Order: sequence, then structure tokens, then C-alpha cells
Amino acid sequence: MSFFKQIFSVAWLSVRTIRQRIGSSAVAVVGIAGVVIVFVAVLSIAEGFQAAMKNAGQPDRALIMRGGASDEMSSGLAGDAVEVMKQAPGIRRENNQPLASTELYVIVDLPKRSTMTAANVPMRGIVPITPQVRYDTRIMAGRMLTFGTNEIVAGRGAAAQFAGVSVGSQIKTGQVTWTVVGIFEAGGSVAETELWADARVVQGAFRRNNSFQSVLVRLESPEQFTKTKNWLTTNPQLNVSVVDESVYYSDHSANMTTLIRKVGFGIAVLMAVGAVFGAILTMYTAVSTRTREIATLRALGFNTTSVVISVLVESLVLGGLGGLAGGVLAYVAFNGYQTSTMNFQTFSQVAFAFAVTPWLLAQGLTYALIMAFFGALLPAVKAARLPIASALREL
Amino acid sequence: MKYLPLIWKSLWRRKVRTTFTLLSIFIAFLLFGLLMTIRAAFSLGVDLAGLDRLVLIHKISLVMPLPESYKGRLQTMPGVEIATHNSWFGGVYQDPKNFIAQIAVEPTEFMEIYKEYKLPPQQKKAWLEDRQGAIAGKDIAERFGWKVGDRIPIQATIWQPKGGGTTWEFNLVGIYDGDAGVDKTQFFFRYDYLNENRAQGEGLVGWYIVKIKDASQSLKMAQTFDEMFANSQAETKTTTEKGFVEGFAKQIGDIGSIMIAILVAVLFTILLVVGNTMAQAVRERTSELAVLKTLGFTDTAVLALVLAESLFVAVVGGGLGLFMAWLIVQGGDPTGGFLPAFTLPNRDIVTGVALMVLVGVVAGILPAAGAMRLKITDALRKA
Repeated sequence: MSFFKQIFSVAWLSVRTIRQRIGSSAVAVVGIAGVVIVFVAVLSIAEGFQAAMKNAGQPDRALIMRGGASDEMSSGLAGDAVEVMKQAPGIRRENNQPLASTELYVIVDLPKRSTMTAANVPMRGIVPITPQVRYDTRIMAGRMLTFGTNEIVAGRGAAAQFAGVSVGSQIKTGQVTWTVVGIFEAGGSVAETELWADARVVQGAFRRNNSFQSVLVRLESPEQFTKTKNWLTTNPQLNVSVVDESVYYSDHSANMTTLIRKVGFGIAVLMAVGAVFGAILTMYTAVSTRTREIATLRALGFNTTSVVISVLVESLVLGGLGGLAGGVLAYVAFNGYQTSTMNFQTFSQVAFAFAVTPWLLAQGLTYALIMAFFGALLPAVKAARLPIASALREL
Repeated sequence: MKYLPLIWKSLWRRKVRTTFTLLSIFIAFLLFGLLMTIRAAFSLGVDLAGLDRLVLIHKISLVMPLPESYKGRLQTMPGVEIATHNSWFGGVYQDPKNFIAQIAVEPTEFMEIYKEYKLPPQQKKAWLEDRQGAIAGKDIAERFGWKVGDRIPIQATIWQPKGGGTTWEFNLVGIYDGDAGVDKTQFFFRYDYLNENRAQGEGLVGWYIVKIKDASQSLKMAQTFDEMFANSQAETKTTTEKGFVEGFAKQIGDIGSIMIAILVAVLFTILLVVGNTMAQAVRERTSELAVLKTLGFTDTAVLALVLAESLFVAVVGGGLGLFMAWLIVQGGDPTGGFLPAFTLPNRDIVTGVALMVLVGVVAGILPAAGAMRLKITDALRKA
């Protein structure tokens, strides 16, 4: 019992006296906070990007593209083949209409607000049934476009990231002028980066005749996927590949998220090694300024274990403070920060928001404590080994 | 110079401390080197893009095709040295996750315009003779273990072959190399092979590259081209290749600022840690420094001694860190094809050295000034 009491009183003593070593303690806290900020911020980019792509997929939707096509951009489907696809079993029907959205996916150049340089903005040609298939989208300002006209609705992300996209504004692409009549939201998913126009008008403007690029179908239930897929892929009239929409989007974000994660973790690991060295230095400084104090404690009969633990506890307190401060700062500064990047697989822009998730914050804090622990190990051992007589004489 | 042993001795007075200070600075500059490399890589080799090369894309966007017939009209324009076109193939080699840029080109014109791609003469000849011939960059060839003579199957995503199926086969006839910064991860094959064998889209090309005689005329020429094709079926947008690459890099986002923000955080932290350590080192030695002064060392000499110590730590630690970064970068792109221009620019090495000196001076200046101002009598009594 007295053993624990000893540990506790020495640890409490070193925590209470942190204030007297405020300079070097602050260095440790700031150093660790810095690492945690960078760690959380970089990984929140990957989290946000992945969330935007993940939210786009619904388990009860399937995407039909030409066989061999890896994405909507490279796919192409003839108008008459599309009519056959609509007959596939398992597709949900409303008022006797199959919920199959025949779509085009093209790219237009619009200036990015942040740099005013041209960016590849995806434009999707849609049909009147599309809103029932893409049931997770909602017009949040203005109104839905009128089919048969040059009207478009823009995603929330597109309106935020690209110049000149707002209700009432006009967008010129080539020789066609479009009028933005509404802004829609889609749960923060990648669809919010898109501009939607009538597929028939897009066919004309982009010289696609009567062809589409993909068909997005809403299934009666997610379990119908295999049945629908088999029917479509074994039909001799068709040459298509069918993918689960959520699989499609997670595949298309895999490269990008892996890249960000690799770079992010690499930077964070190096910074952590640097921070551990920094913490070691700081704790050494702390121990050496307390040399006489520690020697006095030991002369009074406190055992070495309690001295070691007191140094570790002090460091963990500082590390915890740094981790918390870093996490809070990263959250305040970066959570929800809107930006956009290019997804190389479709050559088009994806707007997303940095996402500082609780899980990331927990990782950051754990990381801070690990750094603090390893930073304090050597100095703690040094403190315990000080020969009492000579230590008392020092500085 | 004669004080060197003195500086050396005081540095190693606390071995562990000096070692860890060196290591902290080492890591900081290792990071500096790597982050600057990433920053340069994300600018996609913009420094190498030519000002005398213009890129013509479809006005609506890069992915819209242009007619093959524009070549003849561009070629006859005054001031044009050579015009050619490229087409994006976008196929898949083995696994969709293997990202390889495959581009259909006209070999003769291509090699004339892109002198930075170095190809041995006999391989050039072989390429001109073989319609199915293709050349690959050194890095990509190493990655997949390709050798000249290999047959490389690629699955079509956009351009389906006329004969059915989805596979295109190419003969690897050459492997190109280039100076640092040249993208050695691309795969080039012949446009005539693509055009004759694709199921649809005959006569359509991706974009045009025009080499002009006088780089100073680039803006004017760009305007002339765009006017020439205005109100046609396919209007164009012309920029210098440098502007084009820059614009493309900007589409990825502002990686540069993110990297610099991280570095500021790193360097600031290092400055705090090293400054704190130097201050501690001077505090511990108060009596020693007083003795030095008693022996006749001037205030300035003491200031210089402490500063020299701090500078030494910063420059040696930082220098080794930057060298380490350089060594790692020599190993090439770690992401397997995403960052083709993976090199540490000379400009950033110079900046790095300047930063080391700055860190050394800033971290050492306060403790050094403190040491300079020490009064012998006070200092001796303090001990």
C-alpha cells in the first residue's frame, strides 16, 4: 500500500511542479500538438474523400456499363440496347415504369473558384425518371430542370467549388448555353460535384446521337442484384458489365485514398520519430533541472520505481495535453473544410469536405501518448540512476 | 579555427543530449526534402514542359475528341515547325489498379517534338517498322519486368478492337530513358495501329501538340489557332504546354500549400526544441563561461562560441537529413506510378541549406546573447 502511496505522491509532485518548468514543458506540449495536428489533418483528407465516394453508393442500386469499361466515362451503350436492359428482372417498377436511369457522363471546363483555372467538371445527362432512381438527392434551392430545355441543376459541391454556378447563372460550353435553375444535395456524396442536364439535350450538344453511357437501376431489394446481373450479362443481345453501385465508387476511390493515406502516414511516422526525440530532449531537460530535487527525494527514502513513474506520468500528462490541444485545433481548423480534387480514374473533379472523425481524434491522442511514453523512458531511467551524493552537489 | 576543439568539447559535454538534438534536426530536414519532392511531383514536371510547344484541346473539355484533319491545317500555318496529335487509350494492364498512361502517337513526329525522351537509334528504327510496336518508359518497364521483344496485352476500356474481344496486343520495341524529372512511366504506341483496328471513332484524336519556331509568339499563335477553328464542329482551346500542365496540376488541388503548411509546423517545433536545448546547455555551463571570460575571452568571442555550437548542430544534422532524403528520392517513386516526376529539385536543396543556417542562428541567438551578457562576478557566484 505504501508503495503505491509513494508512487502517487511523487508523481503528483512532478505534475504539480510542471508550472515551474513552464518553458520546457510548453515546448513538449507544442511539439506533440504539432505532430497531432498534421497527422489528423492529412488523414482527414483521406477520410473526407472516401466518405464522399462511399456515400454515393446505395446497396439497392446497380450500374450497367459496356463490357470492359472501367468507368462511366469510357462506357458507351446504344439506345436500342438500353431498352432491352430495362426489361431485366429484379428492377423495381413504379406505375409500371422500370426505375432505370439512362445517363450520359461528359466533362465540361469550368473555372475553379480557388484558382480561377479551368477544371474538369462532370456533367450528367439525366431522364425524367432519374430522381426516383437517385432517391437520395433533393433540390435544396431553385427547382428541378424542365426536360427538353437547356436548363441544368447543379450539385451543392459544384456550386461551391466552381465560379459562376448559382441559381439563375448561365454556363457556356462550346456553342451551347445552359441556365442553372436549381441546386441539389446528395448527402455529401460525389454526385454533388455534378451538373445535371436533360440527356436528350446532352446527346445533341455532345454529338452522341441516340447513345448513353450507363444505366443506373434501382432494384426491388439488394438481394436481387445477382439475378439482375446474371440476366443482363448472359443475354446474347447485350455486352455489358454490371456492378454494385457501392462497389463501383469504393473501387474508384481506392487509388486516391491509398495515396493520401500512404503519404499521410509516412509524414506522420517521420514527424513522430522527430517528436519522440524532441520529447526525450524536453524530459531530459526537465530531469536535469530537477536533479537536486530528485536526489533529495531519494535521500529521503523514496524508491527508484516511484521516481521513474513520476517522470513517465509527467510526460504522459504533457503528451495528453498536447494530443488534446492538437486534436481540438485540427478539428476547429479543418473539419468540414471544402475543397475539390481530380479523380484520375474519371478525369473529373470531386468536391469533398475534410472529415475529422472521432476515430481520427482518438488515434491522434493515442499517438500523442505513445510519443510521450517513449520520449520519457530514457530520461526516467537516468533520473533513477543518479548517484545521490553527486546529484545533490550539482547545479 | 583554433577554437574548434573547444566547440567540439562543449558539444559533447552531454553526449545523449547532443545526439538527440542532431537526430531531431536530421528528421526535420529529412521531412523537408521528402515534402519538397512530393510538392514538385504534384506539379507534374511543369519545369520541363516546353514554352515552344502548344497544346490544342477541344474547347468543351479535354475528353472531347478532335478530328484528325486539323493536322494538315495546323502544319501549313506560318511559324509552325511541326504538328502532331496524341490520343488517350485508357486501357487496363492486368489489373485496373495498375495506372499506366497509354497514349497513341505518330512516332516520327513524336520523336521529333519530344527530344527529352531518349530512345536508342535501332529501337527508333524498329518502332517505325512495326505497326504494333510500342515503347515504354524505363520505370514502368522495370516495374512490370518488361523487356524489348515482349508482347504486351492491354484490355480496352474506350476503344474496342474491330475484330471482337477487348484485348489489344503490342510488341515492346523500345524502352526510353530521360533526365531526372522526365516521366518514365508512360506507354506510347502507334496511332495508325489504333485507328485501323478500332470498332468506332475512326479519324478522331485526343489533342494536338504543335511545336512553334518562336516561343515568344506562343500567345499570338494560340489565338490564331483558336480563331481558325472557331464556329466549326470542334472548337479548340490552345495553351502552352507549360500552362496546360500547370492547369492540370492545379486541378489536383493545392498540394504545394499543404506541404508548406506542414513544413512550417515541423520547422517551428524543431526551432522550439533546439532553442530550449541550447538555452539549457548555456545555463548549465554558466560557471564555465564565466571562467572563459575571466581568462580573457571577449564578450563577442563567447557569443560566437555558443552560436557556432548551435550552427554546427543545425548544419550537420540538417545536412545529413537532406542527404538522406536525396538518397531516398534516388530510389524513385514509391507509389508505383502516381508520382512520375519524383525528384528533389536543386532549388529546394539550396533553400534547405539556407533554412539550416537560419535554424542554427535563431535557436542559438538568445542563449548566445545571454552568455555574452554574463557578468563574471555574478556568474561565478551562481555556481
